Amino acid sequence: MMKKDRKHLSVSAIKDGTVIDHIPAEKLFNVISILGLDSIPNQITFGTNLESKKLGRKAIIKIADKFFKETEINKIALIAPTAKLNIIRDYEVVDKRQVEVPDEIIGIARCMNPKCITNNDSVITRFRVISKPRISLRCHYCEKITDQEHLEIL
Amino acid sequence: MIRNKSLVSINDYNKEDYLAILDLAEQCEARPVSNIMQGKVVATLFFEPSTRTRLSFESAVNRLGGRIIGFSEAGTSSVTKGESLKDTIKTVSNYCDLIVMRHPIEGSARYASEVSGVPVINAGDGANQHPTQTLLDLYSIRKTQKTLDNLVVIMVGDLKYGRTVHSLLQAMSEFNTTFHFVSPDELKMPGEYKMHLENLGLKYYEHKDFTNILPEADIVYMTRVQKERFSDPMDYEKVKNVYVLRSNMLEQTKPNMKILHPLPRVNEITEDVDDNMKAYYFTQALNGVFTRQAIICSILGLDQK
Repeated sequence: MMKKDRKHLSVSAIKDGTVIDHIPAEKLFNVISILGLDSIPNQITFGTNLESKKLGRKAIIKIADKFFKETEINKIALIAPTAKLNIIRDYEVVDKRQVEVPDEIIGIARCMNPKCITNNDSVITRFRVISKPRISLRCHYCEKITDQEHLEIL
Repeated sequence: MIRNKSLVSINDYNKEDYLAILDLAEQCEARPVSNIMQGKVVATLFFEPSTRTRLSFESAVNRLGGRIIGFSEAGTSSVTKGESLKDTIKTVSNYCDLIVMRHPIEGSARYASEVSGVPVINAGDGANQHPTQTLLDLYSIRKTQKTLDNLVVIMVGDLKYGRTVHSLLQAMSEFNTTFHFVSPDELKMPGEYKMHLENLGLKYYEHKDFTNILPEADIVYMTRVQKERFSDPMDYEKVKNVYVLRSNMLEQTKPNMKILHPLPRVNEITEDVDDNMKAYYFTQALNGVFTRQAIICSILGLDQK
């Protein structure tokens, strides 16, 4: 009788790169698309619907050889404010970053007011963040508020 | 510091700035004609028509001895050739010392102030802001009540979309005002403004009609309930006569009470009110000229004395 060998696919720790943890499970694919992870050549592994005391179900993404700029992190913060970043160098966590929504958001979100100049002219959007963690943004131009429900990432 | 700064939103000024403008407006009223703007050019760029506001600004400039260039509707400007707002503003700011603009797109005035080489005064950007209206309202209130502090203000009509009531609420909330809001359900004061008052610990009351509150008022601020705001025309028909101020309603009101209206009025104040001493809306429009003179002088750093 032939012995059946079970193949193990191990998700190994990454040598260098970024681990994004504590993503709300339902936001995983948004995060992937916002960060453009579906179109980069880096090795990426992700898990979703993992148990989490805080979030109920969380997702995690490991991206090898990728380190995010602050503006990219800001984009995650808007839809997954609970996310945490672990920066890995030579298998060690060298830095942990709590993703935080900045006080000002430039060029990331769309103003929900169709009559706003930013939706009618080539003007870069700009907002003051007036509440966190349930996000609401006040447009620097038309002064209207865009809330979490209507938040659209550009 | 107001000098050289654009006035786009009432939020650009603080309480001290309001009072400085009102004091200066008093001086302008005492001496409405002068020559201190000699050699200064103001561009009035009205991308949508607003005859009343434009004439008020132009009268203010003329009485101060300044000159005016500009257009009164987008049809007569290079906008029809497809020029962007940025290019229009950048070009015109070479020709003048100050731009006064009105534009249907919200936030356009803020954007213009960022690309302009000279200060910009917002004379209305869509439903967003019209700060000189607010300052002339404040001037009218202080002039008639001798103070801005501790007053009772009743706001009537379209409190949902009316930018004048929103800006006036923000400005008056600096002066311990008690507010009464009288509007149909469809046009109630938005939650964000009520929250602003709650955060400041100010009192406000909401009503569906005038009931018995008129005798409490120091100021009654009327606005028009527009048919277009209702999704169901029947809802409009039901309320259209509820928010009308009539002469016989003024009998029990305080002697110092004054009725304000940003104009144009349609039928929300009956004409028999016009002859009442408490009707103040036409004088309010005159006050607009003095207030705009004061704003222009402050921004250009011109001394009235």
